[in-house]
Amino acid sequence: MAATTTVASATRPAPPRRRRKSPLAWTREHIVSLAAAAAFLYIMLPNIVVIVFSFNLPNGRYNYAWTRFSLNAWLHPCADPAMCQALGLSLKIGVAATVIATALGTLVAFALARHRFRGRAMTNLLIFMPMATPEVVMGSSLLTLFVNLRLALGATTILIAHIMFCLSFVVVTVKARVQSLDPRLEQAAMDLYANETQTFWRVTLPLVAPGIAAAALLSFSLSFDDYIITNFNSSPSSVTFPMYVWGAAQRGTPVQINVIGTLMFIIAIGAVAVGQLVGRRRRGA
Amino acid sequence: MSALAHVPSRSSGSATSSGRVGRRRATPYLLLLPGMAWLVVFFAVPMAFLASQSLQQGNIETGYVLTWDWQNYVSAFGNYWPQFSRSLYYAGVATVLTFLIGYPLAYAIAFKSGRWKNVLLVMVIAPFFTSFLIRTLAWQTILTTNGWVVRFLRDVGLMHLFQLAHLVNNNVVLGSQLAVITGLTYNFIPFMVLPLYASLERIDIRLLEAAGDLYAKPWTGFRKVTLPLSMPGVVAGTLLTFIPAAGDYINSTLLGNPDTTMIGQVIDAQFLRVLDYPTAAALSFTLMVTIVVMVMVYVRRAGTEELV
Repeated sequence: MAATTTVASATRPAPPRRRRKSPLAWTREHIVSLAAAAAFLYIMLPNIVVIVFSFNLPNGRYNYAWTRFSLNAWLHPCADPAMCQALGLSLKIGVAATVIATALGTLVAFALARHRFRGRAMTNLLIFMPMATPEVVMGSSLLTLFVNLRLALGATTILIAHIMFCLSFVVVTVKARVQSLDPRLEQAAMDLYANETQTFWRVTLPLVAPGIAAAALLSFSLSFDDYIITNFNSSPSSVTFPMYVWGAAQRGTPVQINVIGTLMFIIAIGAVAVGQLVGRRRRGA
Repeated sequence: MSALAHVPSRSSGSATSSGRVGRRRATPYLLLLPGMAWLVVFFAVPMAFLASQSLQQGNIETGYVLTWDWQNYVSAFGNYWPQFSRSLYYAGVATVLTFLIGYPLAYAIAFKSGRWKNVLLVMVIAPFFTSFLIRTLAWQTILTTNGWVVRFLRDVGLMHLFQLAHLVNNNVVLGSQLAVITGLTYNFIPFMVLPLYASLERIDIRLLEAAGDLYAKPWTGFRKVTLPLSMPGVVAGTLLTFIPAAGDYINSTLLGNPDTTMIGQVIDAQFLRVLDYPTAAALSFTLMVTIVVMVMVYVRRAGTEELV
């Protein structure tokens, strides 16, 4: 109900203030903002815990209770070599999956946004389905495929799976960007005697680039963070970072996990901030 | 290059040769081919393998034979019905909660944040770039027995209510239904907030002003204008939350107890530890079909077709 109190105050000229509002009235007026702030706290809480506990020096094998402050984990991030090995594998798979999925998905996005063809409905369905399928179903169906084909599980099968589930997200992200382009920009380039190739490389692609970058960032984070599908398609010799964390949850969590979590948080914020700055500068220019 | 084929067509007119038309017709298929081939081979074909596996008999040593034996489905359901229905129930509750929490958040960002809009949006998304597992483990710390959250719940008497509703056991939050639902709700909030924000942000503020000018009370304006216009976001958000939540088993494993086991845990264990592939495939395939049917009914009732 109060969702609307705010709409009203934003849209109608505010009536002249006559008396101080009671706390109840103030709460009513700001209830949406208060609810949003509470939601925000709920969202941030685990990250705050991850960051704080990266400076912990726990007594036992589990990093659950605050013991005392230490920089130990930050100074020795690879104290468990298995963790850094897993991290390396996740980075490699993440980069490879991102590059391939972004390339394939961008082509599909252009086809859908720019062309008429038979089979569009089927194509849309096939792109939508992986996003509407629980991970456990995709992971287990790929496992039955690999087992039936007697393909050895390992880094390759993980990569195949990651490209598959990243593709749809790339298509949707890039397609939205291509569709939002102003066709007059390309027409202007053509009017100025640019041929199709020149127009594509010098006008279309630079304009679509932010969408492709967003799709790549999304792909990487999806791949880097995936546990369920990976778990179905990996072997004991191909342990990714999420799989390492899962194992650690059963036998003891090294503080270094929180260091990596904190770094991921900082890098994500940094990447998005850089993106915003670049976008702003472009718009300003 | 040829992606632009339709742009020059207007200016080039009669210069278009029949060869170019042929190439233009082939272009979309060439663009689609690698990506769609990948999805067919590694998404659609595996689904067929899964369906076939669920109707086979045998074991992993001697191999399997397709017997069209529906018994796999009967026994899988006989044994795992509680886990199956529980998964749908938890996912449903989590979806409602993410909606209740996510709507005010998306609304505040879209309409009330002014020039902080982009910063706030980043702050909502960025936390979820930290590993899913690490954040879920952090909930173990937050909900730990003598932590401040649990003490707070006890002090304000909420714990008593949760206990009455059988959401917690023996006043302990960790390893309870409450913990699993809290984790699910938390983990899938961005899937709700982003589509909601996208559709709220597109609303023309003048429509709300018009509602106000026509003497609609704020709540009526919200109910009759804002909410209907944000329906595409509501539909997309609830689907994007419900589907992964129903299949998730990270939360129920790390935050739950044996009585909160979800279907994903069963499928995982049957495939990877018990190695009973037909049962696991039957459960997995049923989950898939159930969700597809629910999604189709829901989308039809909500009347939103353009989802992709």
